[in-house]
This record gives sequence, structure tokens and C-alpha cells, in this order.
Amino acid sequence: MGGLSIALLPSTRPGSVRSFALINAVLTFAVSLMAAWECHQASPGTTASFLLSSHVPWISAFGLRFDFGIDAIAMWLILLTTFLMPLVILGAADSIKQRHKEFFLWILVLEAAMLGTFVARDLIFFYICFEFTLIPLYFLIGIFGSTQRLKAARVFFLYTFTGSMLTFVGVLYVACRHAMLHTEGWTFNIGALTAALANHPMSLVEQRWILLALLAGFAVKVPLFPVHTWLPLAHTEAPTAGSVVLAGVLLKLGTYGLLRFALPMCPAALVEAAPIIGTAAVVGILYTALICWVQKDLKKLIAYSSVSHLGFCVLGMLALNPEGLGGSMLYMINHGLSTGALFLCVGMIYDRFHTRRISEMQGLARTMPVWAFFMVFFSFASVGLPGLNGFVGEFLTLLGAFKATDVLGYRYAIPAAAGMIFAAIYMLTMVGRVVFGPIKIPAGTTASDLSRREVTSLVPLAIACLWFGLFPNTILETVEQPLEALAEPARALLAASNASSDSALAAAETTAPTFMGTAD
Amino acid sequence: MSINLDALWPQITVAIGACACLGFGVAGPRGAAAVPWLAGVALVAAATVELVGLPGASPNGMVGMSAFVNPLVCGMGLLLVMLTSQARTTGGSKIDDPYVMPTETVPLMLLSLVGVMLCASAQDLVWLFLALELTSLPTYVIVATSRRQRVAQEAGVKYFFLGALAAAVFLYGFAMLYGATGATAFTEIRQVIASQIALGEVSPFVSCGLALSILGICFKIAAVPMHAYVADVYQGAAAPVTAMLAFVPKTAGFAALFAIVALTGAEPPAAIQCMVWIIAVTTMTVGNVLGLVQKDVKRVLAYSSIAHSGYMLVGLIAASSSPAASQPIHNGMAAVLFYLVGYGLATTVCFGVLGALRNSNDDEVTSYEGIAGLVSTQPRLAALMLVGTLSLLGFPLTVGFLGKIYLFGAAMSASHRWLVAIAVLNSAIAAVYYLRIAAACYFGEQPTGQERRAVTCAPATLAMTLAGLASVALFLFAEPLANAAHRAAPPESLRQPVATHEAEVRGEESSADAGH
Repeated sequence: MGGLSIALLPSTRPGSVRSFALINAVLTFAVSLMAAWECHQASPGTTASFLLSSHVPWISAFGLRFDFGIDAIAMWLILLTTFLMPLVILGAADSIKQRHKEFFLWILVLEAAMLGTFVARDLIFFYICFEFTLIPLYFLIGIFGSTQRLKAARVFFLYTFTGSMLTFVGVLYVACRHAMLHTEGWTFNIGALTAALANHPMSLVEQRWILLALLAGFAVKVPLFPVHTWLPLAHTEAPTAGSVVLAGVLLKLGTYGLLRFALPMCPAALVEAAPIIGTAAVVGILYTALICWVQKDLKKLIAYSSVSHLGFCVLGMLALNPEGLGGSMLYMINHGLSTGALFLCVGMIYDRFHTRRISEMQGLARTMPVWAFFMVFFSFASVGLPGLNGFVGEFLTLLGAFKATDVLGYRYAIPAAAGMIFAAIYMLTMVGRVVFGPIKIPAGTTASDLSRREVTSLVPLAIACLWFGLFPNTILETVEQPLEALAEPARALLAASNASSDSALAAAETTAPTFMGTAD
Repeated sequence: MSINLDALWPQITVAIGACACLGFGVAGPRGAAAVPWLAGVALVAAATVELVGLPGASPNGMVGMSAFVNPLVCGMGLLLVMLTSQARTTGGSKIDDPYVMPTETVPLMLLSLVGVMLCASAQDLVWLFLALELTSLPTYVIVATSRRQRVAQEAGVKYFFLGALAAAVFLYGFAMLYGATGATAFTEIRQVIASQIALGEVSPFVSCGLALSILGICFKIAAVPMHAYVADVYQGAAAPVTAMLAFVPKTAGFAALFAIVALTGAEPPAAIQCMVWIIAVTTMTVGNVLGLVQKDVKRVLAYSSIAHSGYMLVGLIAASSSPAASQPIHNGMAAVLFYLVGYGLATTVCFGVLGALRNSNDDEVTSYEGIAGLVSTQPRLAALMLVGTLSLLGFPLTVGFLGKIYLFGAAMSASHRWLVAIAVLNSAIAAVYYLRIAAACYFGEQPTGQERRAVTCAPATLAMTLAGLASVALFLFAEPLANAAHRAAPPESLRQPVATHEAEVRGEESSADAGH
């Protein structure tokens, strides 16, 4: 599928680029739906194995191949990507006044790179796509962003590039260790590597280093608390389409990476580091929620709320139990939908008023009732009103954290729950100010309500929010088994440590064949 | 010492081409116009001879090395000759045009290429010295005459004096090696050193000689502490010449380094390994950090050239300390060869773009402000610049990325984890200035009141485009290149006295592969 959109790209012409891009994105969505359907047919709902896999030889001397394949986790994220893309193109493209061709070119390249990341079954191929998402977004921010765009683009690029270079070292180390311990040669195939690691787990010291390397790339992308500072800047300066994609999909690359690699590759270190990462997540939730409360800039508020929400996502993942993992997965999808929609709404406001300051607008419900409806709806979805999608994910992650007494427990869940309340406060305060009250708009602008095109871009998102709020099992049932499989090594460790008073970590350290030792 | 002259036909072809070019160059304007074509024919012929192979020719020097280096040098030489046409066509007949290169530039370039090819096939200290000097001497002249401006002459003088100093240093090293072993032929030196190691009494002159040789050759590859000339010389020379300076001496230097390191047979002494480690780390760090503070893009690329030497030294370290390198990715030497290809292509693109831009004084445009907003005036050049910088940065979808995988993979499998970590952090530093170049081209706006025009001429544009396309194409279809690099540097070639039999077997195998 990644290949499909790449293949369509060169024919992008300056004339009717937008419609072309739109058709392209819709087609990709259709194809991904078909793929999802095929997956579903092949094995009704529940399987941990990879489907639709295929591979193209690349450099066999290095053990590199273009390996494709999808499981339910990847499938949902692919659907999210392909679902958001046409809406982004439809809803946000009007604000682009110049260099249309480049804009749509980069948007489609970005989509291809993101899809590539999700379908990759080869570590290096994954890494290539992961890295390559930087370039399109760099250009989207740098060319089409607002006043501070250069700084934002640079900070964004350097932050994530530095992190992912360190991840690269970790990846190389894992592959190298595999090649040293096994005779069949170098491979970067994710399945082969994780399977081999399950049989010969790395020593705790190795796992710590690998976890650190993986976190360097993925935690920056998520972004986790201390390394989140690039995000608000990038979000605020990016054009609406960039923000939507950034919040909707790109941040998920971080959580997806943690889920896909950190969980099976370094379970012992992850369990050991869970309190630290969990604390970072909780601090992130609370700290950014407080920032949101006093935020004067509409877009920045939503950007910080993203950081806060992704904290829940990481917390759920660390709980390592079905509730937490499922909730985390659900949260990824939901956050993509509701925050993406919020960014679209804010973008529409910016197109009209050319300002993002909350104090400059008030009571928009009077002149823009349709917009106000959507804004309120998605805010509710975002803060987790029962019945809408945000609620289930948030509830499940918290429940997971509560129940995971061996990893996290209530000490993490309660402050996080407080974060949920903060979220309700800041969101509703913002909505109250902007949507209701006496009308006030910046001078020299007109508050015209949404056009048909804009409504068309928001309605599918609203329907999706409602659907996943009412029937979250659509997602949960399918992802349960693959998630279990990913968390299996860590669960086994925990079970072992619960069963015997000996620390499982110490056991792992003594039994694992130490590559560090043999190499030195 | 026995030299297989048959195997030197590629070098001889290019040398004949150089002489013919010199002759045509003085034969009036029509003759001069034929010079680049003649050079092209000579290079293509040499590459063909090397690829087709001559009956009965067994290569000199390291197994397979010249089979890789010769076609590479010929191909890159072709691109570089095409680039120089940029300089000669500007301004037409104006006598005071600063960018009219003398017609001797092309034949001198060919001679320098002959030097590189000879380096790759060297099997004797004297031969290696002469080859290195043959590489360098023409470049001094080319730099000084590349444009009629003081800076170029200044660059030429600096380059010459420091080059002479470096030559003295490695010649001293060679002399010590000769003194310690009593031989100049590599095979004999290897045997003597191996027997000394076996007896446990290695002459201190061996280590000293190795250290001095490596230090001197650091000048050729632009590594710390012999890097001081790089920025000034790169800035002073005309851009097409700079492209050549970045690639040609570096290739010669690395070929020579391999030959020198291989002298010790098994593993070089610990002190030498430690020295190379320190050189590698300081080189990449100094290159990248000083690259950050430069304001002139040519100087930035000069420091990036230093940094890349540091990365490639990582490959050398991996090659000299890797355990039995059974798999291609463990092969540090092949990694360096692979990396050289990517680096050469990328620098050709970058300097080609810079060379194509002129301001109202008919001077090269090399500042960040100067190239700002290039995309709106010359979108193609901007795109090429983007590809070039991304490949230098080692970003996915360019061959530079694979080069980094290969280098760092080799170093990782030789358990140089810290070295890899440092190199990777350095790449992250380098991202700052590469990105600045790309950002200037794409996000900047051309300052008002500054004229900027592109000097386009078909061969140069073609060369840049080819190099740019190759940078991307080699990412997707890297398999043949990776295999060729691996064949060119069979890991045993570094430790021939220890495993002579295996080396022979491997050599036969690889030649059988080549036959298929």
C-alpha cells in the first residue's frame, strides 16, 4: 500500500492537484479497507500472526529485505492513517495559498512513509520509514508554517533525528547480537529477532541499554514528559494539515515502536524501568494539563493536551495487563480521531480570524453554530465523556494501571485520574470561553459558519468517535491476541517473580547468554 | 619484486589519455575543445579494460582492490571532468574572467586519477610513495590555477607546503619500515614482521614507522591532525576542483592506509589501533563541531569532508580488529569502499550545485544567504542540493544511509560499541548544518538586491543529475555494489601471512563469482 501511493505520486500535476491528492488518499483508504476485510476473512478477528505478508529482496548480503505484513495492531493504525488523510486534504487544504503542488506532494509522501512504518516487518525498513516521516513534515512546517516556522521545523527535526539515531545503534546491536549467536547470518526481520530473543533473552545490562536506545527515539516521538518540548512549537507553527497528521498519526509511531519493540525485546529492563517511565508519564499528564489550564493560545492548548493524553497511553502500556494494553491501543486510535478533529476545528478558526489567541474570540456559537457543535462534540470526546470514544480508552488505561499492582498500582493511577479531571477542567474552560458567552471576534474579520466542504471533513470523524465510543469492542477484540503476544515475555517475567521470592530480574541476568561477555 | 604490467593497462590507458590531452590542449582552440572528450574516452576505455579484464592479468597489490577502485575512479573521474566544463564555458572569451581554467586542468586531473589507481595496486613502499605523490602533485597546480583570483593561488600555496610536509612525514615512516625490515616489497615486509611477532621481538621502528605513515596519510584523507588546510583550500579552489579534492586524495589515502595496515599481517599493534581510534573520534568531532560555526557553505562542506574521513576511519578500525569476518556486513574495509562511492557522488552533487551559481561580480555564490531561496529560482539545483546533503547526512532513501549501516554494522560486529555511539551522535550534530543548507535552499528568501544566476552547461548538469540519481538509485539497488565492495576487500587480505591458504581459496572463489 505504501508502494501504491508512491507509485501514484509522480503524476502529481499543478492543475487539479488537490482533487488528485484527494482521490489518491481516498483510493488508499479503500485499498486499506479491502486489506482489513481480507485480514478479517482470513482469520476471524483473533490472531497474533502476520497476514498479507510479502517481501522483496534488497541487499541479501546484509540480510536486508523489504518485508511487509500486517497484524491487527498495525491494521487499525493503518486504517486510522488512511482515514484521516482524505479528511485532512479536504478540510485543511484551503489554508494553503501557494506552492500547492509541493504541499500535496509532501502530504502524500508523508502518508506513504507512515504506512510503510506500520507495514514494515524488517527493522531497517521500519527505521527507514520512521526516519523518512521527518522530511515531509520538515517541509510542511518549514514552508507552510506560520511565523516561527523555521525554528519549529529545525527543532522538530533535530530532536527526533538525534533520538532516532540512538535507536539506530540499538537496532544494530540487537541484529548484531543475533548474528553472533546464530549461524544463519544477519537478519533484521522483526519476527525472527523477537523469536530468537524469546529463546535467548539478553542480559539485564544489555536490555537496559537497548531500552535506553529505543526510548531515545520513541519517547521523543511520543513525546514523553522531559523530551516533549519540541511538540508544542511544532504543532503551533505547523499548518493545520501538518498538525492533524502529527497529532493523529505521527505521535503513534512512538507508542507503536515501544509496543512493537520495547515490550518483546527488553521485557526485564522495561519492568525494571516501569516506575521511572510511569512517573514520567504521570508527571507529563499532570504538568501539561496544568500548562493547558493557563494556555492563551488555542492551538498550543490542544498540543499540550496531546502530550497529556499520550501519557495515559504509555501508562496503559506499562500496566502490561490486557486492560491496560487494550486501553492503550484504543487510546492511540481515539486520540488520533478526536485530537485530529480538534486541530481541524482550530484550523478553521485560524483561517477565518488569523489568530489563535483565546482572549480574542468569544461566543462563537452565536454566529457559527455548526462549528460550535463540532468543537464541543470533539472536546467531549477528547476529555472522555462516557458514550464517546475517549472515555473507554481512558477508563481502560486507568483500570489497567490500578490492577497492575506488580508493575504500577494505585500510586500511578490516582494522580493520572486527577489528570483526567484537569483535562475536563481546561477543555471545558476553553470551550466555555470560546464557544459561549457574549460574542467577540477580532476586528476586520467575519465569522462565517462552516462551508459544506469543511462539514464533510468533520462528519466522518464525529461518526467514528461515536462508533468507537459505543462499540469499542470492534477494536479491542481484534487486537487482544497480538497484544498479548507482545507482552508475553514481560508477563512471564512478572509471573515468575510473583511465584518465587527470587527476583526474576536476577534470574534473567544469570541465565541469559551474555553477548557482552563473549564479545569482550 | 615482480610487477604484472598487464594488470596496469587501465592506468596506462589513462596516462596515455593524459598525454594526448596535453598535446591537444596546445593545438589551438579546436584542439582544446576536444580535450574533455578525449579525457572521457580515455576514462571509459580504462574502465572497460578493467571490467572486461585482460587475459593472464593477475592484479597487483591487494586482492581485488584495484578491480573495485579502478572503475570507481574512472567513473567518478568522468563526472568530475564533466563538472569542470562548467568553469571553462563561463564568460566566453573574456580574458579577465576569473573562471577560465587552463586547458591543462583536465590532463592534470587524469594524472591524479592514475595516481589513485596506482595506489590501489601498490605492492611496494616506493611504488606507494610515488603513487601518492602522483595523486597530489597535479592537484596543487589545479588548485592554484583553478580561478584567476588571489584566493586560489593562496590555496594552492598552502596546499602545496602542507602537502610537502605530510609527504615528508609518511616518507619518514616508510623509511623506518624499510629500516626495521630491510625490504620495500609488501610481501617481504609482511613476512619479516610476522616472524618478528612470532619471536616476540617486534622492532620499535615498525610501530614508529606505521604511526608516521598513518599520520602522513591523514593529510590525504583530511583527518585530524593534518586537517588544517582543508577549509582554506576547499574555499579557494573553484567548486568543480573542490569536488575533485574531496574525493580523489581521500580514495588514494584510504587505499594507502589499507596497504599500510595490512603490513602487520594479523592485528596492528595496540598502540597503533589506539592511535587510529583517537584520530577517528577527534576527526569526526572536530569536523562536525567546526562545521557548525562556518558561514560559507564551501567551508561547511570542507569540514563535513573531515568528518566523513572520521566515519570512514571507523571502518578501518573495524577492518583491523574484526574477528573472523565471515559475513559481508562484518567487512570494515568493504564498508569504507562502499561509503566512498556514496560520499563521492554526494560531494559531486553539492559542489556541482555551488559551482553553478554566480553573483553579479561573476563570483561563486557560497554563503548561506547567497543560496537562500534557491528553490524559487532554480528548483532543480535546489532538489539536487537536497539529495546531496541528505546523502551526506546519511538519511534514508539515499546511498549515504546504507553506507552508514555498513560502516557502523561492521564496527558493531567488531564490538566497537562506543565508537558507533560517538559516530552516531556526530551524525546528529552534522544534521544541524546539513539541514541549514537544505533549509536555506527551500525556506529562505533570496535577499533583495543580490543577483544570482545559474551557469548551466549540459555536461555539468548531466554530471550532477547523474550523481544525484545514482545516490538514490544505489539505495534501492545496492546489492551489486555491496557485493563488489565485499569482493574487492576479502577480509583475509589484511592478514595474508596468517591465513595464506584461505586467502587463496577465497580469491579463487571471488574470481569465480566475478566470472559468473
